[in-house]
Amino acid sequence: MSLILPYSREDAGQPPSLHAPYASTVARSPRQPLVRIPHTLTETTGPAGCWENLMGSSLADLTTQHKAMPQGQRIIVSGRVLDENGRPVPNTVMEIWQANAAGRYIHKKDQWDAPLDPNFTGAGRVITDTEGRYQYVTVRPGAYPWGNHHNAWRPSHIHLSLLGPAFATRIVTQMYFPDDPLIEIDPIANATPLPYRQRMVSRFDIQTTRPNWALGYLFDIVLRGREQTPTEDPHDH
Amino acid sequence: MTTEPANPAPRLDNQDPGLFGQTPSQTVGPFFHYGLPWKGGADLVGQSDMGARPELFPEEHYVLNLSPPKGAVAGQVITLEGVVYDADGKPVPDAMIEIWQANAAGRYASPDDDRTQIPLDEGFIGFGRASTSEDGLYRFRTVRPGPVPGPGDSRQAPHIAVGVFGRGLIKRLVTRIYFEGAPENAADPILALVPAERRETLMAREVDGAWRFDIVLQGAAETVFFDV
Repeated sequence: MSLILPYSREDAGQPPSLHAPYASTVARSPRQPLVRIPHTLTETTGPAGCWENLMGSSLADLTTQHKAMPQGQRIIVSGRVLDENGRPVPNTVMEIWQANAAGRYIHKKDQWDAPLDPNFTGAGRVITDTEGRYQYVTVRPGAYPWGNHHNAWRPSHIHLSLLGPAFATRIVTQMYFPDDPLIEIDPIANATPLPYRQRMVSRFDIQTTRPNWALGYLFDIVLRGREQTPTEDPHDH
Repeated sequence: MTTEPANPAPRLDNQDPGLFGQTPSQTVGPFFHYGLPWKGGADLVGQSDMGARPELFPEEHYVLNLSPPKGAVAGQVITLEGVVYDADGKPVPDAMIEIWQANAAGRYASPDDDRTQIPLDEGFIGFGRASTSEDGLYRFRTVRPGPVPGPGDSRQAPHIAVGVFGRGLIKRLVTRIYFEGAPENAADPILALVPAERRETLMAREVDGAWRFDIVLQGAAETVFFDV
């Protein structure tokens, strides 16, 4: 029988499912209380380390997928994937998708009247190294209007999806940019209360910035950690 | 006298050690179809387009579709399908469903499942992802999983872990699919934690050769969701 080490529960920084200012949550969030269950092998295992067999190769440069360079400000996003005990999460896949520099997705349901860019898909994928580090290249996405309320604009953001080591650590989040005035009036970002909301804001970084080429941003992702630390020798007590 | 500022400006980004902690969840939004589903993603035993929505973006942008060939998989191949409904009973066309399950022998393809006495299947990872269709329907092809250990000495009935994402879902919702009529259900330790009158919402039923499992986000027939 395996030794099942559960993951810690969600901390105070997690948003609720129902956040009425984000109108789409009202008819889509459960009203019954969640049933809390113990962690079993189902929750503590996950498709770790086999992402290449699942999805195929890495696509870490979103600016080289087509014939020419996409329009907009080229950026490098770099960071670490850690657990909440500060340990790196190696060999985990981060999936990336975003609007183009004008704030438009190539998705056919996106009817916002901003130009499409034939040289930008806006989707990629990167794998963390042994220290949990990742880096990808893209263009800074534009802000765009959405129909949630009067004069509603989404801040510039990049969607990020991480599988992590287990079903329990799975997360989809968004990375925002520093000094964006739209963050504080955005119902989606604001579903997460301050100060935890700031965990989704990247930092401009001159060390990551490359001369005459691209601006750099740092962004760390913190996944849930194990509830207890495995001892070197389980019989040593 | 000190020259340090009395109130240094806070570092308002996620590099601030004082803010370190779990990254908050956010919605996948309505436009994830070209970024997340991949070819073969909903077909855990093959490479079909099942679960992807390539009609929602130009073909030259279908770049994440290179799932490698899968080997032969042991066990009974099944189709798993259902509709995602909102509080008004309307199908949700922009949801994404993920599944995670053991193989037919009951072992997870994970380094954290070290029960080497139970065989791994070379071609079966047990993770899948499907977008809902215009009609709110998701569909997977997979194998019926074997039973896996539960807390203590208990044994869990065959089940599939499910994550639900979509526009309007700030956080992933988590549920489980069990198989109606499985003899192990009666002793399943997780089902036992669910009020008896709501357990039905966790049962897939065999309809026209497929296992049917609707997901109701809110309302009288609301699916049981778990805090994991």
